[in-house]
Amino acid sequence: MAGKTLYDKLWNSHLVQQRNDGSALIYIDLQLLHEVTSPQAFEGLRLAGRKPWRTSASLATPDHNVPTTAEERKSGVNGIEDPVSKIQVTTLDENCDEFGITEFNMMDVRQGIVHVVGPEQGATLPGMTVVCGDSHTSTHGAFGALAHGIGTSEVEHVLATQCLVAKKMRNMLVRVDGQLSPWVTAKDVVLAIIGKIGTAGGTGFAIEFGGEAIQSLSMEGRMTVCNMAIEAGARVGLIAVDDTTIDYVKGRPYAPKPEQWDMAVESWKELVSDDDAEFDEVVVLQAKDIKPQVTWGTSPEMVIPVDDFIPKPEDQQDPVQREGYARAWKYMGLEGKEKLSDITLDKVFIGSCTNSRIEDLRAAADVVKGRKVANTIKEAIVVPGSGLVKAQAEDEGLDKIFTEAGLQWREPGCSMCLAMNADKLGAGEHCASTSNRNFEGRQGFGGRTHLVSPAMAAAAAIAGHFIDVNELVKH
Amino acid sequence: MRPFTVHTGVAAPLDLANVDTDMIIPKQFLKSIKRTGFGKNLFDELRYEDEGQPDQDCEGRPLREDFVLNQTRYQGTSVLLARNNFGCGSSREHAPWALDDYGIRAVIAPSFADIFFNNCFKNGLLPIVLDEEEVDELFKAVESTEGYELTVDLDAQIVKTPEGKEYSFLVDSFRKHCLLNGLDDIGLTLQEADSIKAYEEKRIQQAPWLFAERTL
Repeated sequence: MAGKTLYDKLWNSHLVQQRNDGSALIYIDLQLLHEVTSPQAFEGLRLAGRKPWRTSASLATPDHNVPTTAEERKSGVNGIEDPVSKIQVTTLDENCDEFGITEFNMMDVRQGIVHVVGPEQGATLPGMTVVCGDSHTSTHGAFGALAHGIGTSEVEHVLATQCLVAKKMRNMLVRVDGQLSPWVTAKDVVLAIIGKIGTAGGTGFAIEFGGEAIQSLSMEGRMTVCNMAIEAGARVGLIAVDDTTIDYVKGRPYAPKPEQWDMAVESWKELVSDDDAEFDEVVVLQAKDIKPQVTWGTSPEMVIPVDDFIPKPEDQQDPVQREGYARAWKYMGLEGKEKLSDITLDKVFIGSCTNSRIEDLRAAADVVKGRKVANTIKEAIVVPGSGLVKAQAEDEGLDKIFTEAGLQWREPGCSMCLAMNADKLGAGEHCASTSNRNFEGRQGFGGRTHLVSPAMAAAAAIAGHFIDVNELVKH
Repeated sequence: MRPFTVHTGVAAPLDLANVDTDMIIPKQFLKSIKRTGFGKNLFDELRYEDEGQPDQDCEGRPLREDFVLNQTRYQGTSVLLARNNFGCGSSREHAPWALDDYGIRAVIAPSFADIFFNNCFKNGLLPIVLDEEEVDELFKAVESTEGYELTVDLDAQIVKTPEGKEYSFLVDSFRKHCLLNGLDDIGLTLQEADSIKAYEEKRIQQAPWLFAERTL
């Protein structure tokens, strides 16, 4: 019999009940909650007279529509100017109070983007199942945890039963062999993977990322890769546990207590795919072939190396693809442009659950240090992923580097990644963004998003257009 | 949940691949704390010329004439024909809520994104996967005949055209059972409370740290 994949092991250890039709009940160890996808779930519990199965299995923080200016953040939830956003954040506070769920509210330094906060606190641990009403929950797979996004009905289901009705996915291995070139980061790797397999390439699969280039990434980098598994269609992204994982977890507030630590580590070491495990599909990329990536269109798969020509609709063979490319060209205003460097940028956004951790901010700061943002850039903002990331960055003086270069230093939240707060693009504005989606209207009505790494976004801020960061700064 | 058994209704072709949930319901409408009222903002950016605001009266907003659901012949659409990877992106259940609130009862496509596909079943909305060629045939039939209606029979697992042509589709038996009977799956899972407790008792021995309290 073939060995087990990491996904198989995680699935087996959480199986409560297997049903005849292939569906199963699986146990959920941690549910992260935020203000946007939880209110209807709590309301559902109230209407049915149900209580959470186990309150200690949930952790909440508002992130999607919290403001990010210091002024608007001064008085916490009461300071939110948008009345509809304020109701939503207040509702989360009230629901957590009523149901006894631990919440880092807006005045708590630990508040931030759920997918930054969970790992930072050691709430996310190897071997867990983690869910959240947010598709980027795949982030936590970087810890060898089975983690994926769910809808609000499922949020309610997990609150009420601590289980999820699920069907086992198929196994895919994406291996990135060899070593990455200078300034080629986790973001470039995952964008290249999405470019190769497409936005539906991973549908129905749990993707395990492996190979030397993945193993040599920090936990921050691994989270960036797993975060965007969903942009390749896979709800689950996974990376095997190794010393990097264990070293990251050690000493975090919610990590196992010292008396349980050795037992935990012992069990986590099993969280790798067996040598003889069989994957339903294997995709291999060579690290040396990956260059800094930039998306040109309105889907994350519309991505090219920074110095390539933008692909033209008329060159596409498949009629649906040709149509899609033509629509993206029109929306992105690419008429008359040949290369990404021909586009004049209006805004720069460094942040989001993909790229707002300390390593991301350090990379961006390295690039802008001693330089100035191009005067054609209307706004360049840096939004740390949590209050603790912000504090650490300030300790290291990164905030000063950013502000001296002409970037704004903001308060933590999802911000311009999905523009539910005041941070957004105007119609027709082009943005170099470290977020995860370049969909039409994602960052604002008519806004034009180009996804890049933090270093590439920083380089774009300085140049006013896309350039290979290697041309600007030696690594 | 409202049961889904047999439904017959006007079909409309949305000829666009990779329709994401941001397109189905843009983020500004996600600020609502309710499950209803999203229908008037379904496909807001494809449907209206201007930028929509939450709680706005949509009567009188300028419509985009090129958008399929704005055309007279597709008024009253309840079956949506779509292309590959429908519902990709964000996990927002507001997407099926908006489709349902607009009056869509079934979506037919060659493929769906996983989270959206799951979310549909929780809301009495049926996502149907047919082969690419079959979906192509339906697109052609719908576009060539005004008022073209499709019948979806969940129990028989078929989509039927007015000419009597049938296309069969697959659906998981548990999901089918819940949808046919309008069952709330939380109630069903709670019937397994003993199994869940037994799992917890075993698991806490193996991995006690997973059951630690996370206090402030």
